[in-house]
Parts: sequence; C-alpha cells; structure tokens
Amino acid sequence: MSPETSRPTTIPSAQVATTTTREEPWTAPVEPPLTVIEPQRGWALPNIRELWRYRELLYFLALRDIKIRYKQTVLGVGWAFAQPLLTMGVFAIFLGRMAGVGQGVEHYPLFVFAGMVAWTFFGNTINTAATSIVANERLITKIYFPRLIIPLSTIGVALFDLILASGLLAVMAVGYGVWPGWSLVALPLVVLMLAVAAAGVGIFLAALIVDQRDFKYVLNFGIQLWMFATPSLYLPPETFSDSARWWLPLNPAYGLVLAFRQATLGESIDLYAWGVSSTVAVVIAWGGVLYFRRVERGFADTI
Amino acid sequence: MHPAIRVTNVSKRFRLGSGGGSALNLTERLLSVVRRRPETRSEFWALRDISFAVQPGETIGIIGRNGAGKSTLLKVLARIVEPSEGRVELRGRVGSLLEVGTGFHPELTGRENIYLNGSVLGMTRREIRRKFDDIVAFAGLEPFLDTPVKRYSSGMYVRLAFAVAAHLEPEILIVDEVLAVGDGDFQKRCLGKMREISLGGRTVLFVSHNMAAVRAFCSRALFLANGRVMVDGTVEHAIRAYTTSGAEATVARDLRSHPGRVSRHGALMSEVRLTDALGTPVSVVPAGGTLAVRVKFAVPTGPIRPVLGVVVRDHYGTALFGLNNRWVPNAWFEPICAGWISCTYPCLPLQPGTYSLDLWLANENEDIDIVMDAIRFDVIAGDFFGSGKLPHPSCGPVLVPATFHCQADQPGDAA
Repeated sequence: MSPETSRPTTIPSAQVATTTTREEPWTAPVEPPLTVIEPQRGWALPNIRELWRYRELLYFLALRDIKIRYKQTVLGVGWAFAQPLLTMGVFAIFLGRMAGVGQGVEHYPLFVFAGMVAWTFFGNTINTAATSIVANERLITKIYFPRLIIPLSTIGVALFDLILASGLLAVMAVGYGVWPGWSLVALPLVVLMLAVAAAGVGIFLAALIVDQRDFKYVLNFGIQLWMFATPSLYLPPETFSDSARWWLPLNPAYGLVLAFRQATLGESIDLYAWGVSSTVAVVIAWGGVLYFRRVERGFADTI
Repeated sequence: MHPAIRVTNVSKRFRLGSGGGSALNLTERLLSVVRRRPETRSEFWALRDISFAVQPGETIGIIGRNGAGKSTLLKVLARIVEPSEGRVELRGRVGSLLEVGTGFHPELTGRENIYLNGSVLGMTRREIRRKFDDIVAFAGLEPFLDTPVKRYSSGMYVRLAFAVAAHLEPEILIVDEVLAVGDGDFQKRCLGKMREISLGGRTVLFVSHNMAAVRAFCSRALFLANGRVMVDGTVEHAIRAYTTSGAEATVARDLRSHPGRVSRHGALMSEVRLTDALGTPVSVVPAGGTLAVRVKFAVPTGPIRPVLGVVVRDHYGTALFGLNNRWVPNAWFEPICAGWISCTYPCLPLQPGTYSLDLWLANENEDIDIVMDAIRFDVIAGDFFGSGKLPHPSCGPVLVPATFHCQADQPGDAA
C-alpha cells in the first residue's frame, strides 16, 4: 500500500449528489417549524404548547424517579408508608395521649394519619422539586427542553407514594369503622391543589437554589417548621378561635390538609378554608413559575 | 429557499467571577452591597458577531482551537445557553447531540434507558417503539436489555448510548466531536453513521478537531478563532487557515497566567523551557533530535514528590504520545517544594510540523496542575533513521524505528 492511498480525503463529493435520492422533506407542502433564538428580557409566561409537546419527557422522567426510588432502597414501597406512619405515631403518643390534644377527636391516630398522608405528599413534592434542577445538572447543560419539566416531573414520585399511603389510610379507616361520604368526590381536586401549591413553592425554590445553594440547607428545616405551622395536622378545627379560622387558610397547607382529611374520612368539607387555601396555592404557583421562567435562561451558565 | 440555519450577529458574553462562575454566596453578596464596591467581575466574549447561514441538506464543519468558541456556538444553537446578542433561526426539527447517553441512569435497565434517553433527545414514544428493535440490533446488546446499565462495561454503555443517538432523525442535526470518543471500532462506527446522515439529505452542523472527519463529511467549514468567524468557505480553505494559525513556536513560555490551565489549585507550574541536548534553548527541533522539556514549579503548601506528565499533540489537537515519570523505572524523585523537573526525548520521533505540549504536574498520584497546549514547537526534517533518506510526510506524524528481515525461499522447500 502506498502511503498516499491511506489519506482519507478521497470520499468523493460526487457521491453526495448521487445518493441523496431519499424523499426531499424540503419540497413538502408543510413548512418546517421555525425556531427563533434571541436574548429574552424581563418576564416570560410559561409556554403551555411547548410543555404539552414535551409531555412524554415529563412522563419518562417521573417514571425514572419512581423506578429508581424503589430500586435503590431496601425498604422499597415501605417508604411510602413509613414516613406518615412514624410521624403519626409520634403525634398520637405525645400530642394525643400525653398532651391530651386528641381528647375531642374520636379516632386521633386516624385523624393524624389522614393529615400526614396529605402533608407527606406536600412536603416531599416541595423537597424533590426544589433540588431537582441541581440534581439534573447533566441534562440542563447538555440538551434543550422546557426546564419546567424537571420540577414538574418530581410530582410523580410523591403522587405514587400518596396513592400507596391512601390505600393504607383506607384500610385503617375501615378498621376504625369510618366510611367516606359524598365529600370523597372532591378528593381529586384537593390533591390537585396540593400539587399546585407544592409544585409552585418547589419551582420557586428550584430556581433560587441554582443561584444560591444556601437555600438547600434551609430546605428541610423550613419544611419541618411549616409542618408545625400547619395546625390542621394535629388539632381539630374546633379548637381554634373564629378569627384564627379566618386567617389560618392563608397557609395553603392548612386548608388543603384539612380538606383532604374531611374528604377521606367522610366529613363535610370546610369550603371557606378550602377555597382560600386553593386561591393562595394558585397565586403561589403563578409566582413561582414566573420567577422560574425569568431565571431559567441562565441555568446552563450558572449551574 | 430559506436556509435551514441562519445565524445573525450572535454574541455570547460570560461574566467571570472571582471564584469561577457565580459562586458568590448570600453573605458575600450582602457584604458587597454594604461595602458599596462594584463587583469586580470581568467579562469574556466567547462569541463575537457570528453570522452565517446553512442551506438545507448542507453539512458544515466548525473547526478551531480549544477556547475558540466552538462549544459555545453549539450550545447556543442547541438552545442550552442563550445568546447575549443576535438572532438564530432554525427551520425544521432540531436534534442536538452534545454527548452520548444524556439522561442515562445507571440503575435503570438497557430497555428503560433506551426509552428515557430517546425521550430526552426529543423522540416520541411511538417513534422509539418503532425503532426499538433497530436500536437494540445496532448496539448488539439483546441479551443484556434487562440488565441495569451500571453492570455494563463502558464499551457496552457507549454502544447503547450511541445506538439511541444514531436513530434520531431530525431535519437539523447538531453534533459535537465528543461523539468521536471511545475505542477505534466505536469511532469508526460513529463516523460511518455520520457519513450516512450527511449523505441522507439532512442539515448537519459538526464541530470537530478531527480534520479527516471534517474533510470526509463536510461540504463547507467555518474556522473560528477568539469567538469570531475567521474563514467561512471550502473545507480546504478553512483547514489551511486553522493549521497555519498555530505557527507560533517559542523557546520558553510563562505559565503563570496561561489560558490553557484547567486545574484549580492555582499556577504551580510557572515556566516551561525547551532545550536541546546541550541545554541550548530551541523552538525548532530536527526529526530524531533531542528535545528536553524543562518545567519550573513551586508548591507553597509543602513538599511534593514531583511527577511530570507530557502529552504531545499534533496541530489538529490529536494526542500522539505522552508519558510521566511514574511509568518510567527509577524516576521517583525526593520530595521538594520548588525546582525544575524535566523530561527529555533523546530521539524525537516526529515528522516535520507544528506540535504542542500538554503539561501535568502531580504529587505522586494526585494531579495538582494541568496546562493544556502549554507551548508549541516546530519539527523540521531530519535524518531520523540514519539512512540519509527523509521519510515521506504522508506516512503519519510519528516515526517508529523497526527492524526488517527477509528470507528467500530455498530451492526444494515445500511452500
């Protein structure tokens, strides 16, 4: 072999012309989609149409998180039960028995557990959504997709846990002889609003944590504080004064946890608390998404 | 006809923080407000006024040295980072491959990762299902489909990842050279697939250091330097501009603020000098001559057992050979804080051309300072084999001595 023949320059350019006999997409009647990339300034609304186009990615990311959660852990599905059950145990013993808080409540453990199921969903969604952007750094720096997909996909794991825990709740309720009533039909809407509120907070924190990692350390502590600041978890609403019942639903977790318990345990729903908390949830989510959209274009630069 | 890609006056500015990136934490920010001192951040233009257009079906190569702005341009076109100024229009479905296996998760099985990765790359579920068998066949991993990829060898992992990427069928494909990593077989496969794609009528934008690949696939090339388009024209024209831009050989170079430094421990290597066998500074060495690479270093944190690594690259940036004194017998040195360490090639096995050196300083097994493309030197023709004949340059850049034997068939031998 003469050295000259090993040169790779001999890919004939004529071949290019002769082999491009595939169907020509460029003469097709449909104009190919146009993407324009320009520097953006100021606030931007979420691009709903684009989010919809990427819904399958949302599904696969949520599925990934669920699978990994149950592949990596020894307890597996048990985790879905452990968190609300253990917290319930602590509350039932120390608040219910020793502090006597649960005296006015018929089945205090069941009462607390129903709230904890809702709270666990709420708190876990905030937690995973808030750290999701930093955790998916590789994706952010290597490929484009609407960044909101990442925090939104984290709702999947928490929702999966919620469904499992709700099964246990149903078993417990039947064991206590408590049956759901008509208010059960409101449950999907209650869960939706819980997801909206938690995702809104999580999305806001996710964007914040990309820039300021400090907030990651405050996160767990903050969620814990929030839990204790949501008294509908461990106190019956009758124990609050009228004025407290008027402003407590401004904490979205208050009214939604309350509504979740009322829907699952066959009580009638406190429409005022539910309505106010849902409105606050929507406002928070809107603010969170707007903030996220404003800073997301710098993610790949700063992460 | 509209161009598939139209880039108009695109610039990208990065702010360089003191600690790299935006590593100011809240306390530092508050302090900077209280002190009323303007943030001492410098700006850096990774791209400056880039304009070009790519017609549908064209395959265009982008070449340039490290830091010329190739990767940033790619990221702007892939919509990962936003341009600071200018406008890009893309007509058609865009697929970008900046690495293979984006989104792969080690805990998931091969099957699960195909779906996840395909979805991340922008394929629909139906599309993945339709191509699933092809992808698996291309990767050749049928028996391991339900094994978590953490149990795959790195070769299998890359094969699966590339198989998914290869079945992406966008109208505009943006590809980074990182695809051409891996073993020789895999590279061949990558490049084969690239050729198939470029012949298939799609618009391809290909960033590469590999001139042979650019020559093979691209009908046009851009040569970038310092964030600007220096040449937009034929592949040969761009490659010529690229290769001649590197002729800047020097006998010594200050390393204290070298742009090629990639380590984070500060500038521990302060100077590099090239000399011949007698210690005379040189920037031009004949093939087969002696080249000594002398590096001055100082480690303020205490004595180290110095290890020097040297990698020689050709002017395309391809690593040709390299070594360090860990691999050489009897080359352990006593711990010192500062001094000179040198590496001598007694018989430099290089063809004429311009070459560059990457320098690595380590303390035993821990790399503490790395400078890429630290210094360049020229090699001129020399009588490497001692025969009075000059080797032909088309044989490749490296000269390796060998012995030859020949034996004639003896009459009467059975063949």
